[in-house]
Amino acid sequence: MQTKETIVCRCEDITLEEIKSLIDQGYRTIDEIKRVIRAGMGPCQGRTCRMLIAQELAKYYGIPVGEVLMPTFRPTVRPVKLGTFAGGE
Amino acid sequence: MPKVKETEILIVGGGPAGLSAASAAANLGASVLVLERDEKPGGQLIKQTHKFFGSKKQYAGDRGYQIGDLLIEQCGNNPKVEVWTNTTALGIYEDGVVTAEGRAKHLKINPKKIIVATGASEKMITFPNNDLPGIYGAGAVQTLMNVHGIVPGRRVLMIGAGNIGLIVSYQLMQAGVEIAAIIEAAPTIGGYLVHASKIRRAGVPILTSHTITEAYGNESVEGAIICKLDEGWQPVSGSEQDLKVDVICLAVGLSPLTELCFQADCQMKYVSELSGHVPVRNEHLETTRPGLYVAGDVSGVEEASSAMVEGRLAGISAACSLGYGEDIAPKLQAEALAELSELRAGPAGQKTLRGIMNLMDKGGAVC
Ligand SMILES: Cc1cc2nc3c(=O)[nH]c(=O)nc-3n(C[C@H](O)[C@H](O)[C@H](O)COP(=O)(O)OP(=O)(O)OC[C@H]3O[C@@H](n4cnc5c(N)ncnc54)[C@H](O)[C@@H]3O)c2cc1C
Repeated sequence: MQTKETIVCRCEDITLEEIKSLIDQGYRTIDEIKRVIRAGMGPCQGRTCRMLIAQELAKYYGIPVGEVLMPTFRPTVRPVKLGTFAGGE
Repeated sequence: MPKVKETEILIVGGGPAGLSAASAAANLGASVLVLERDEKPGGQLIKQTHKFFGSKKQYAGDRGYQIGDLLIEQCGNNPKVEVWTNTTALGIYEDGVVTAEGRAKHLKINPKKIIVATGASEKMITFPNNDLPGIYGAGAVQTLMNVHGIVPGRRVLMIGAGNIGLIVSYQLMQAGVEIAAIIEAAPTIGGYLVHASKIRRAGVPILTSHTITEAYGNESVEGAIICKLDEGWQPVSGSEQDLKVDVICLAVGLSPLTELCFQADCQMKYVSELSGHVPVRNEHLETTRPGLYVAGDVSGVEEASSAMVEGRLAGISAACSLGYGEDIAPKLQAEALAELSELRAGPAGQKTLRGIMNLMDKGGAVC
């Protein structure tokens, strides 16, 4: 191990440091963070990282984690191959 | 022309909640389709080799997978129930159409009612090197061992002393794997003491008020540093211990798997006692989206016993709303509600009850 990294989003390999730095820069929602760095856009679609990012936002703004705005949820719940759409009905 | 599959009740998830919902609704005469993402229905039950606790009515004393087989058989014997395995529900749209992927095909289903019974997913925690190979969720370890017959390694650090951490530790020990320690950040053990005593008697330390500060290793986990926490949950300096382990197992809780409920625009609320965001629903488990019901861990992380009863309640309610069994449904619903109160009478149940009260409380923050 060269560097010690703490991973928040396993699918997109995003570290706690990266998330904290975005929050420091003023990104205030999970959706904003997702758009700049792709956290939550991998195969698990945020199942693992969503609440970890919410915790960081809650800590930073001193609010309960339940008050952090959740991202918009859209179909599909997991990535689907284009071929499935093409070959399916 | 796209072909759309019509069904009266669509159930997403074939765990104890979904399967119980299916047979309850079908018994009243409704036709039911169950979508299950895995190869085999049964949900968490298929990997649970231990005897269940809970009430006799919910098969306490039987082993988890036996209960699963029983539920599968009940559905299999009912011509009104169709189960599609290897099929994942992908989306719920405004017009009520549900899409799914099954055997590399994109499927469309047009149900009259929907029951979401997707269960829960494992939580993760952050610490340096938390992505090293050898770090697993406890549920994953249980699947690896009890479904596939593979042990994850030789010496394990278990993080979390709730029931899942305790049960999976014990099953690792039964498989000949050494448990270096079970650590728990809270000052008390969360799981049942019968499980904890069994493990302690075998010489495994359960360290409360302890956490992991980092994992280390070159290619994969070679060890972990743990430390003690003070009353303010802050690390006590000088209390670090170095444990040589090749597996770190996270049993730090589950979150309700509610993406489909969010998508369907159900009103959601964060309730810590129910382990995360859950849909607001009425007593009969119908959410704020008319015709969409929830049951089991997705409506609040609890146990298989209550998941089965909730499934039954949602199944009866959905069938009744379609005009099936209107004469007996109220009695059946009352019975299910009584069973739920009985199950929730214990200390763990008190927490769930507080959570449900909090959820039903009008005017709460909607996220
Ligand atoms: C180690 C361990 C020990 C336990 N011991 C006990 C015990 O002794 N007693 C007890 O009462 N409880 C116990 N439990 C708890 C119990 O297993 C769960 O509460 C119960 O399984 C919840 O049932 P469910 O049907 O809600 O969810 P699950 O069992 O998780 O089933 C959900 C199903 O939905 C499927 N699914 C999810 N998303 C989709 C989708 N989009 N499309 C299609 N299918 C989908 C999943 O594949 C899964 O099969 C234990 C749990 C664990 C992990």
